[in-house]
Amino acid sequence: MAKNTQHFFDKPGNVTLVLYALYGCCAILFILDFIIHRHKVHPWEGLLGFYAVYGFVGCVVLVLVAKWMRLFLMRDETYYDREELKGDDQQGGDHVAS
Amino acid sequence: MWPAEIPAFLPFFLVAFLAVITKGTLRATLMIATIVASGAHLWLVPDGVQLTVNFLGYELMPYRVDKLSLLFGYVFHIAALIGVIFSLHVRDTMQQVAALIYAGSALGAVFAGDLLTLFVFWELLALSSVFLVWARRTEKSYQAGLRYLIIQVLSGVILLAGLIYHADKTGSLAFEYIGLSGMNGWLIFLAFGIKACFPLLHNWATDAYPEATPTGAVFLSAFTTKVAVYSLARAYPGTELLVFIGATMTCFPIFFAVIENDLRRVLAYSMINQIGFMVCGIGIGTALAINGAVSHAFNDIIFKGLLFMSMGAVLHMTGRMNGSDLGGLYKSMPKTAALCMIGAASISAFPLFSGFVSKSMVMSAALEEGHTWVWLMLLFASAGVFHHAGIKIPYFAFFAHDSGIRTTEPPRNMLLAMSIAAALCLLIGIHPAWLYSLLPFDTGYNPYDATHVLAQTQLLFFSALAFVWLNLRGLYPPELHSVNLDAEWLYRRLVPQGLRAGFTWLWRTDATLRKASMKKLYSFFDYLVQLHYPGGKVSRLRPTGNMVMWVAVLLAVYMWLLLSFVE
Repeated sequence: MAKNTQHFFDKPGNVTLVLYALYGCCAILFILDFIIHRHKVHPWEGLLGFYAVYGFVGCVVLVLVAKWMRLFLMRDETYYDREELKGDDQQGGDHVAS
Repeated sequence: MWPAEIPAFLPFFLVAFLAVITKGTLRATLMIATIVASGAHLWLVPDGVQLTVNFLGYELMPYRVDKLSLLFGYVFHIAALIGVIFSLHVRDTMQQVAALIYAGSALGAVFAGDLLTLFVFWELLALSSVFLVWARRTEKSYQAGLRYLIIQVLSGVILLAGLIYHADKTGSLAFEYIGLSGMNGWLIFLAFGIKACFPLLHNWATDAYPEATPTGAVFLSAFTTKVAVYSLARAYPGTELLVFIGATMTCFPIFFAVIENDLRRVLAYSMINQIGFMVCGIGIGTALAINGAVSHAFNDIIFKGLLFMSMGAVLHMTGRMNGSDLGGLYKSMPKTAALCMIGAASISAFPLFSGFVSKSMVMSAALEEGHTWVWLMLLFASAGVFHHAGIKIPYFAFFAHDSGIRTTEPPRNMLLAMSIAAALCLLIGIHPAWLYSLLPFDTGYNPYDATHVLAQTQLLFFSALAFVWLNLRGLYPPELHSVNLDAEWLYRRLVPQGLRAGFTWLWRTDATLRKASMKKLYSFFDYLVQLHYPGGKVSRLRPTGNMVMWVAVLLAVYMWLLLSFVE
């Protein structure tokens, strides 16, 4: 079905377009920090670009820590199954549309 | 006019029975009509209706309607309706009956006015929902279901112990504020905690939900944990411990979600993260925080249901659920992809989507009550939830690299169910006043002020930027076929292996001891044999000559005695 149809993200140009849109939004949001006066409950909220930096740094730390966790948490896919399952098993079971 | 005291679970149990004896369109019509009628009935039931019964000297209240239970009652009806529509194509009586009993039990639990009634529905939830896992009919789902059932029933047993203790201490079984003042409070707290996925007690969800059927997981995600959230809100509001438990729950699952390959397990982890926000809100305990907690439960049921539905649709159509095997599905399932992204935007709490109007209440309450560290954890978790549920789920399923899978959109009933959920996500997000009017407290909170909107949008867009940056730099961990160890390792690996090692030691010691004692026994036999065999001490023959001599000695003595009397 639709093998030869070009889809939106098949064109690298469109991917770049989406990325530039994201960069643009981020820039605008950062600038809005200077324009819009915010009601601040905690002093840290007043730091320049607090939420933006927190979001960015938080996510980078999250991903890097998670990646590091793989070093000691990751096992092969059959780690539990080898001992728990007697027979073969397949994903989907009875409930896969044919 | 019919009586208002018809308990909300009754129509569900009734239609579950009817579903056994009907099939096809009739069953579908009956199920949908009953849920709609029961929902409409509940809508008309005024707050304050109670049904009381006397039982063994205790006053039981099998049906109690107040604002808190009504809110959960409404959303459970919505979830049941969406779930039933989503599973209309399923030709499996067991699943459909189990789903209805499950939804009915959840309603029974939230309208329970006493702990004994709660216990009964608590166990019914476990017993009915496990069939949604077993209905997958694979060895793996059978095992996962068994583990799920054991943990759920254990939670019920602890609840029973707690309520007996409670009744003994207070003389009442009323399901009201309990608090952590005594053993009864702690036991009931632990029972609720197991069902609410407290840290280290959470693995039943990440274990069983990904093994459930595509439609079963939709029901599972809606009821069990939210009944626990309701129960915590009822019995432990303002318990400070919950603030820290909740904050932990928001943070630790997101690390697992980032490296998890099975997308429905990612959703299960993200569900624990969302429950964390609710638990935290209940712990803070102010009117705003409680409102935030229960309204977030309301929204979570809908958007998490939507995400589970979209993944269920992918699983149903492709038979695959691992991020590493999927990708590029937006080409053949564009509608599902769009609906999934609405769910993703809602769970990420984008302004104009439902998550935003409820989560921000918990965050504001944490900040206002001076829980700075907790607030920072919640903020981190908010960025993280966007990362793993908001971006990862749609990205690896529908975009990323093209897996080459070409399929079609799921059946129409699935699309319809997802559309209803998506519409509700948008409706609540755009017009939160409707949801706010149902909440237990009136706080006059307005999520749409410049402060909240800008802060949240900045947080989310820069999280997205982090995702893009990590991906472009090749730092993002690839999706890998793997198992990540979690607390479940304790009971799936350590305990079985420990038991095995223990028994091996026991058998070995037993064998050694037996061998040693047999050796002793045999050497004793050998000794006996030595005694009795020819040449042995006991079997030595005395020569006849000896006997003659002794007889002579005897005669001599006799003689001597005789002679001494004669004189």
